[in-house]
Amino acid sequence: MSAAGAAAPSPAAGESPGGTLLAARGLAKSFGPTTALHSASFDIDPGEMVAVMGASGSGKSTLLHCLGGIVRPDRGFILYQGRDLCAMPESARSGLRRSDFGFLFQSGGLVPELTCLENTALPLRLNGVGRRSAEARALERLESLGVAGTARQRPGEVSGGEGQRVSLARALITEPAILFADEPTGALDSLNEERVMRLLVDVVQRGSTAVVLVTHEARVAAYADREITVRDGMTRDLAAGAAG
Amino acid sequence: MSFAHTVLGLLENGPAHGYDIKRVYDEHFGLDRPLHYGQVYAALARLLKKGLIEVAGTEAGGGPERKRYAITDAGVTDLNSWLSTPEAPQQYLQSTLYTKVVLALLAGRPAADVLEVQRGAHLKTMRELTRRKAGGDLAEQLICDHALFHLEADLRWLELTAARLDELAEKVTT
Repeated sequence: MSAAGAAAPSPAAGESPGGTLLAARGLAKSFGPTTALHSASFDIDPGEMVAVMGASGSGKSTLLHCLGGIVRPDRGFILYQGRDLCAMPESARSGLRRSDFGFLFQSGGLVPELTCLENTALPLRLNGVGRRSAEARALERLESLGVAGTARQRPGEVSGGEGQRVSLARALITEPAILFADEPTGALDSLNEERVMRLLVDVVQRGSTAVVLVTHEARVAAYADREITVRDGMTRDLAAGAAG
Repeated sequence: MSFAHTVLGLLENGPAHGYDIKRVYDEHFGLDRPLHYGQVYAALARLLKKGLIEVAGTEAGGGPERKRYAITDAGVTDLNSWLSTPEAPQQYLQSTLYTKVVLALLAGRPAADVLEVQRGAHLKTMRELTRRKAGGDLAEQLICDHALFHLEADLRWLELTAARLDELAEKVTT
């Protein structure tokens, strides 16, 4: 599947191919006088891992934030399972972010006052799952990622590698259709980087979770099925050799 | 890398036949290219001539005689010297890629495309190595990591050069 194509300004003109989980066309986004995205396109299938590469300031994080429904683009559209994310009211987008999307960031973003178990269970609690049930599932998830030992500890009491695995557990607790990972190993040493990436690959291979992996590190991008490059706010698919 | 020194190193564990040396070598180092027996016996002949190994015994069997080789004191000294001498860091000052980029700029060709195509090829190889690493044992993982880190260094150079292409064009064409 190609990540790039001619920019199409409306969903009607850009029917995504069958099976595509999320498709974006002609995304543009400016922050004041700064253009972060100029014309970006993107496709991802269920269970696929796509790396988004680019230099600092190229627009790759803005692309991820648009695709994940965190930021609304100025132009273009994003179809998720046939629905245009850009046309949804904020409440619906927020609902999607809680139920269908998972997020993993470089800093981890764990709540320092909560234990690792409570942090992991948090998305389920926000979705209305009872405490006991949420924490039982959270513990299972921590166990599967090899960090059950951190359950009663607070984020400040665990190592960087463990903390990032707890963050991954939290991101996956709702079994999202897409995991958006922004430089997930940026703060880790090589060994922990490899651990986290292997776990991510394992998650993709075992289930149908797709992963959008933003990274500037080629070694990390090499875990993905394919990669696209963002340069000057435009996407480029190396395999297809086309700008989107 | 000196192949003869590798053979010498394998013999430090105890006397062995040429067949055993090939088997152990292939197990540890022969991922892409298993050894030919000819390479083993040529290396053994060189080491014998230098006095770094000796024949420790000969066994007659159904086929040709099988010699067992053992490392000598001189061999141990030589091996020790080789192991403790750092390898010269490679300097890549005659990079083919740099030559291609400069030639493209001189000819007014799209030099950025040269870098982009190479970047794609590097990433493809890195993906293959990463998959291979996932299915391999620790030895294979470490060998793949070594290759991955080197390819990554190349990629960083490709990205830096792409970012400075205008500057380079001005320098080589004026």
